[in-house]
Amino acid sequence: MDRQRLVSLLAGVVFAVGLGVGGMTDPRKVLAFLDVWGHWDPSLAFVMTGAIAVYAPLYRAGTSRRVPLLAPRWYLPARGDIDARLIVGALVFGVGWGLGGFCPGPAVVSVMSGGQGAIVFAIAMVVGMAVVELRPRRADRAPGPGPS
Amino acid sequence: MTEFSPLSATIGGLLIGASSVMMLVLNGRIAGISGVVGGLFRPATSDRAWRLWFIIGLLGGGLALAWAHPDAFGPGSSSSLPMLAVAGLLVGVGTRLGGGCTSGHGVCGISRLSKRSMLATVLFMTSAAATVFVSHHLIGA
Repeated sequence: MDRQRLVSLLAGVVFAVGLGVGGMTDPRKVLAFLDVWGHWDPSLAFVMTGAIAVYAPLYRAGTSRRVPLLAPRWYLPARGDIDARLIVGALVFGVGWGLGGFCPGPAVVSVMSGGQGAIVFAIAMVVGMAVVELRPRRADRAPGPGPS
Repeated sequence: MTEFSPLSATIGGLLIGASSVMMLVLNGRIAGISGVVGGLFRPATSDRAWRLWFIIGLLGGGLALAWAHPDAFGPGSSSSLPMLAVAGLLVGVGTRLGGGCTSGHGVCGISRLSKRSMLATVLFMTSAAATVFVSHHLIGA
């Protein structure tokens, strides 16, 4: 197998296990994290800080190379401008996350739990993504690839 | 109510960070899940293969969790199926409009000190917390 594909496969497995071990695949845990004015469970903040603690220092060191180890170039987001799309999109995402308790990674991983709710959520999410990605775009507001 | 679990949460975070570093240093890619999945639908893209392999990896990891650590999924969501369908749609549309989710903006973007990602993360965290406040404390029991 192509080495980049093998890396993607392994990274996907590690990512999923990290989400599961960290508590992100349990919607109760997510909603308790978001319930700042109720019985707040701040655990999931440790998932984010743990991930950033690994990624942030290695980001600089890693991207100081001219090209990645296996790929011909870097595929990194270059945009720095704040636009309405970013703001509206982030707010809409938050509403869905607060209603369902899944963000995209856990939604995909949780499909394998066999839970009906997780499967319905994941299908609807992929439909939503496809609608945005496939709709015709006016040239003057072409968004370009985002970071995620 | 759930129990505070800083240790397992940190271990999970370290794994997510390690996975994201692999994708960056080896493949030159940002491990943002909404971008990885959403990119499958972009027309004229020649890079579907790595996306599909990453998603197969996520599903494989999910299968491993279901087998070895089913508690990771809890009892599942308590929301109704129509509500989950609406929520999923909002997450799909919102993350693709906003160019990222918890991983791409929240982990990778913040680590890169991207202003867009920092703002997006503050906004989606705030709107998610506000949504839970409204649905649990104002409308719900």
